[in-house]
Amino acid sequence: MAKRSAPFLFKRLTKYVFLTLVALLMVGPFLWMLATSLKSAGEMYAFPLRLIPHDVSVGSYGEVIRRMPFLLFVFNSFKIASLATLGQVLSCSLAAYAFARMKFRGKEVIYFVLLATMMIPSQVTMIPVFLIMKFLGWIDTHYALFVPAFFGGAFGTFLLRQFFSTIPQDLEDAAKIDGCGRFRLYWQIFLPLSKPAIATLAVFSFMGYWNDLLNPVIYLSSLEKMTLTVGLATLQGAEGTMLRYNVVMAGAVISVLPVLILYIAAQKWFVRGITMTGLKG
Amino acid sequence: MKKFISRLEPFLYLTPTLTGLLLFSAGAVVISFLMSFTHWEIVSPPEWIGLGNYSSMLHSDLFWKVFGNTFYYTLLSVPLSIALSLALALLVHERVRGIAFFRTAYFLPVVSSTVAVAIVWSWLYHPEIGLINLFLKKALGIEGPKWLSDTDWAMPAMVLMSVWKGLGYNMVIFLAGLQNISEEYYEAARIDGAPAWRRFLNVTLPMLSPTTFFVLIINLIGSFQVFEQTYILTKGGPANATLTLSYYIYQNAFQFFKMGYAASMAYVLFAVILLVTLFQFKLQKKWVFYG
Repeated sequence: MAKRSAPFLFKRLTKYVFLTLVALLMVGPFLWMLATSLKSAGEMYAFPLRLIPHDVSVGSYGEVIRRMPFLLFVFNSFKIASLATLGQVLSCSLAAYAFARMKFRGKEVIYFVLLATMMIPSQVTMIPVFLIMKFLGWIDTHYALFVPAFFGGAFGTFLLRQFFSTIPQDLEDAAKIDGCGRFRLYWQIFLPLSKPAIATLAVFSFMGYWNDLLNPVIYLSSLEKMTLTVGLATLQGAEGTMLRYNVVMAGAVISVLPVLILYIAAQKWFVRGITMTGLKG
Repeated sequence: MKKFISRLEPFLYLTPTLTGLLLFSAGAVVISFLMSFTHWEIVSPPEWIGLGNYSSMLHSDLFWKVFGNTFYYTLLSVPLSIALSLALALLVHERVRGIAFFRTAYFLPVVSSTVAVAIVWSWLYHPEIGLINLFLKKALGIEGPKWLSDTDWAMPAMVLMSVWKGLGYNMVIFLAGLQNISEEYYEAARIDGAPAWRRFLNVTLPMLSPTTFFVLIINLIGSFQVFEQTYILTKGGPANATLTLSYYIYQNAFQFFKMGYAASMAYVLFAVILLVTLFQFKLQKKWVFYG
């Protein structure tokens, strides 16, 4: 390799300095969250401020679990996000299959209306949907949060339809000659072949339901039914005013850790999902 | 009979979606529209009042305040977010060693819940013991503002946090857009002797404009619906300085139980989003370049 010139090296170096500074700004609040959660009440306000606590204490984690059923919140969030994701994958893939591979009257109109619903702000639909849930007796239950996911969605249907359209027609014809029915074709050929698109939809959907605040705030009132987001908001209301931020931060760490792990593990699906909808949309 | 079944088959696959469309979106839009003409406080039956809700909105100072706040939030956050995320995308565009690590780091705020992130920021913004003001005081000798409890600073503080949270998302879209620009254009510009800043102005920006347009639209739509930041950081205070339309609709519907009034404001929000989007689609002819 040829020796690189001094100006080139200087440019590289400035670039890394910049990259690192920005990284500190983006990751800093998370580090501060973690650091605060590991401090004792006394050390939290001690000067000079330390990023790494003098004596690391997990006391605030024990405190958070004693104050509120935080592990139950984790379970509730997990249950709702998983069931809702299952619902999205099933209902969106069924619809996407029909839109991609079947001929029927009104197909274009229905598809257009479905995509147009992406423009509707949730504030418009939340009140009628609340009345439906009230009618069903589902206020303060988890049904109100995950059952609607079984009734399709524009984003998921669009994503999967795009992917299904790229599956070669020949494959479908060959399977049909072998006597494979429509549903088996969907279940045994389209779904397995579409793993990348389904993974993308699944991570997005899981993250969306896990992080949602508006719906849980509308529907859940009993402490033992709350998700992590409402639980955390309640904890902040109770402890934040007393400035017990180490306890609040411990709750925040518990709530972000699962999605951060999911993100690190499934990173490429996130990026793919954004660019797919972003550039072809 | 067989033909009938095969004609019906697509609709079997579509049953969940069509039911959802009727109940939870398209149907709900119609019900909500009708509700916006009623006075309805849940306990008593709805009462038809025509345009009553809309006219009380027009005469309410608080509504105009909220409306103005929502625009203020949008005008501050959208341009800032676009400029910074484009800069970030340019920074991580070139494949240098370790770039994947930086891209991952910049995306972390996007995947975390707004609730958790807003809670940390409310701690950072604390006037006396928050990290930001401590830094301003110790390092620069500046007495920082009271941020979230100051009527002038609460909204900018909210904007700053939201922009920080959304940067990674826009960055990824811009990055994909940058990667789609053919190297040939840059080669040609280099041969013409165009310096880096000219290449940016005359190649990157025009070639990237469809992406910028897309980012602009989704950010506009999102910022008009800002809710979670308000809920965690300020609950609309101090003195309604950060009360946004979406949060006010939530309050009216689920805290004051004014369902009809809330529905009418939701429709105003819907109309604003549609109009602004439509306006941007008209305006794009002037600046978006489809090569």
